[in-house]
Amino acid sequence: MNGARAILESLRREGVDVVFGYPGGSVIPLYDALYDFEIDHILTRHEQGAVHAADGYARASGKVGVCIATSGPGATNLTTGIANAYLDSVPLVAITGQVRTNLIGTDAFQEADIHGITLPIVKHSYLVKNAADLPSVLHEAFYIARTGRPGPVVVDVPVDLTIADVEYDPDAAQTIDLPGYRPTVKGHPKQIKAAAQAIAEAERPVIFAGGGVISAGGAEQLRELAFYAHIPVTTSLTGIGSFPEDNEELSLGMLGMHGTRYANYAVTNCDLILGVGVRFDDRVTGRISAFAPSAKVVHIDVDPAEISKNVAVDIPIVGDAKRVLGDLLAQLKKHELSPERHLPWMRQVADWKKSHPMTVRPEEDGEIMPEFVVKTISEITKGEAIICTEVGQNQMWAAQYSQITRPRHFISSGGLGTMGFGFPASIGAKIARPDATVIDIAGDGSFQMNIQELGTAMNYHIPVKVVILNNQYLGMVRQWQDLFWNKRYSSTCIACQPDFVKVAEAYGAQGFRATRADEVEEVLRTAFASDEPAVIDVRVKREANVWPMVPAGGAIDQMLGEGDR
Amino acid sequence: MKHTLSVLVENKPGVLNRISGLFARRGFNIDSLAVGETEDPKYSRMTITVDGQDQPLEQVTKQLHKLINVIKITDLDPATSVDRELALVKVKASADNRSEIMQIVEIFRAKIIDVSKTMLVIEVTGTREKVVAIMKLLRPFGIVELVRTGRVAMSRGTELT
Ligand SMILES: Cc1ncc(C[n+]2csc(CCOP(=O)(O)OP(=O)(O)O)c2C)c(N)n1
Ligand SMILES: [Mg+2]
Repeated sequence: MNGARAILESLRREGVDVVFGYPGGSVIPLYDALYDFEIDHILTRHEQGAVHAADGYARASGKVGVCIATSGPGATNLTTGIANAYLDSVPLVAITGQVRTNLIGTDAFQEADIHGITLPIVKHSYLVKNAADLPSVLHEAFYIARTGRPGPVVVDVPVDLTIADVEYDPDAAQTIDLPGYRPTVKGHPKQIKAAAQAIAEAERPVIFAGGGVISAGGAEQLRELAFYAHIPVTTSLTGIGSFPEDNEELSLGMLGMHGTRYANYAVTNCDLILGVGVRFDDRVTGRISAFAPSAKVVHIDVDPAEISKNVAVDIPIVGDAKRVLGDLLAQLKKHELSPERHLPWMRQVADWKKSHPMTVRPEEDGEIMPEFVVKTISEITKGEAIICTEVGQNQMWAAQYSQITRPRHFISSGGLGTMGFGFPASIGAKIARPDATVIDIAGDGSFQMNIQELGTAMNYHIPVKVVILNNQYLGMVRQWQDLFWNKRYSSTCIACQPDFVKVAEAYGAQGFRATRADEVEEVLRTAFASDEPAVIDVRVKREANVWPMVPAGGAIDQMLGEGDR
Repeated sequence: MKHTLSVLVENKPGVLNRISGLFARRGFNIDSLAVGETEDPKYSRMTITVDGQDQPLEQVTKQLHKLINVIKITDLDPATSVDRELALVKVKASADNRSEIMQIVEIFRAKIIDVSKTMLVIEVTGTREKVVAIMKLLRPFGIVELVRTGRVAMSRGTELT
C-alpha cells in the first residue's frame, strides 16, 4: 500500500471512524485514499472548524479526535485549535501535509514549519522523514495523545511519503517503545493512606474536581467518594459534569472568578481541600495567598508537574484520577466516617447556599435576562443535553446555570478561552453522540468567528442548535470596561451584525428569534424539537453582567455582586 | 544558585529544540549547553548549566520530564560530580612575552595548539574556575578571540549519572 493508505490503516486500527479536515495540495494523496476508505470524513469550512470539531468529538466521546489539514496555511489554521486542546488536555491527533522532503527548508510553495510552530502547544510531534515510519509514528501518536495527561499530537507528513510504497506490519507498527514516557497510573499507597487519614480528620473538607476527573473516566468514583465521606464538591469550568450539580446538599457548582459565592466561601474557609484532576489555574485561585489559606492541600493529578505548580501541596498523589479515587475510597472505608463528624461545617455550607443562591429573573426592564435563557434550556432538556459554549459572558452563564449532571455533557474552552470554539465543537460532539441534543450556548461575537461551519452542519445534516445570547456586545470585555475602565466601551460594541435568522436560512438551516422573555421557552422548544440545524437569536439585556465576580488577582471570597460597583 | 543538569535524551532530530525552547518559555536562561552521543548511539546526553532558585528549577525539570524524548534528568551535586569545560584562546604574543605566556600555559597544564608570528592559540581544559583564572592572567597580553564549550559533567565513583 502507499503511505496514505498506511496512515488510514493505522487510524482504522486505532478505532477511528471519523476525521475532520480540509484538503489541499500536499494531502491530495491522503484524500484520494480516504475517497473509498471506511473512515468518514467531515469537510469543514475552515481548518479551525476541523480542529475544534475533532476536539468536541473527543470531549464528548472520550476517544481521540483526528483532524487533517494541508501544508502551509491549512496547517497554520489549526494552531489555535491545537493550543486549545493542549491547554484543556484533550486527546487529538492532527495530521498535516508538508511539502516534498527534498523541498523542505527552501521556502517552497505552502511550506510552513508547523512542527516548529506548534512545539510549545503540543504534547508531542513528529516530522516524518521516512515513509516506512508512518505506521509506527501514527500508532505512537495515538498512544501518546490518549494516555497519561491527554493532549494534542501533530504528525507532519511530507507529500512524497504518502505516495511511497509502505509495508504495513500490524504487529511491528503497534509495538510502542517509548523509554522516556511512562505515565504513572497507580497512586503511591503511602500517599493514599496519608490522604485518607487527613480526610478522616478534617473538620471542614471540600473536594475541588476538574477536567482530569472526566478525562480519566472517574466521575463515578468521585461521586462514590463524596457520598461516602460526605464532602461538598466544587468544580473548575472543565470539571463541570464530574459531579451531579443537581445534588442539593453536596454540589457547590463552579469555583473561582465567576463561581458561586458558596463554593468560594467554602474553599476559603475549609481546612482540607482535595483537588482532583485540577491545575489550580489563576481564574480559580484568585490571589494565591488568600486561596484556601488554612487548608491542608491534597492533590491528585496524573501530571507530576502540576503538583505544587501554583498552590503548595501537602499530600501529593500522582496517578490516574479514576484509579486513585477508587483506591482512596477503599482506604477511607477503613476509617468508618460518620456523617456527623463535621455537622457544623455542613450546616455552614448549607447556610451559605441558602443566603447566596444563584437565582434567575426572566426579564428586567422588558429585556430578557441571559441567565433565564440558560436555565430554560436546562429545564427543557431536563439537563440531558450536551451543552457546548463559546467564550465570554455566554460561557459563564452557561457554566453557572446549566445544571450539568453527567460527565462529557459540558464542553467549553477553559484554558485558552477560544472564541469560536463552541459551534464547531458542538458539531463534533453531535457526531460523537447522535442520540443527544447538542446545544451551543453562544455569544454573538464568538458565533461570528466560526459561523461558516453552518455549511458543515448542513452538508452532513448535523442538527446542532446554536442559542445566541445576543447582547450585541463583546460582552465579557464590555463588562470589564464597565467595572474597571469607566465604561469606556472601546471596540466592544458589535451592534453592526447580520440578521442571524436570515444567515441560518441562507444556509438552509432554521432560524428563530426571541425578543421577549415570554417567548423564550416556546421558541427554544420548537427549535430543539426539529431535526434540523438551527440558530436561535435571543435578544438579551444588552448590558447584563455576570455575577458574582472576583476581580482579577483578588481573593476569591471578595466577590462583587450586582449592587457593588 | 547555578545548577548542572545532566539530561539523557533520545538521539532524535528536534530534541535540542524542544529542550532549549522549554527553558526559554519557562523564563530560564541557559548558561551553557553541551550535547553529544552517549556510549549508546540511540541516546545523547546534554549537560545544561542554568541559574535558578530551587523551586522554579523543580518546575522546569518536571516539565522537561514530560518531553517524550527525555529519559532521565540528574541535577548534579558539585560535591559528588566532576565537570570540565574547554576553551580556545587566541592571544597576542610578541617575541618578548612569548615565554611568559608559555609559563602560564604550563602552570595551568594548558596547551599551545597553534603558533603564528604574532599570536598563539591556547587550549585550556578544566573546571570553570580554572578557565576563568587563566583567562584573567592572559588578558593583559591581549586576548583577540575566545571560544568556550559548555560544561560537561558526570557523577564521581561508580555511581551512574
Ligand atoms: C479568539 C478570541 N479573541 C478574543 C478574545 C477575548 N474575549 C474574551 S470574551 C470576548 C467577548 C465575547 O463576545 P461574545 O461572543 O459576544 O460573548 P459575550 O461575552 O457577549 O457573551 C472577547 C473578545 C477571546 N477570548 N478569544
Ligand atoms: Mg455578545
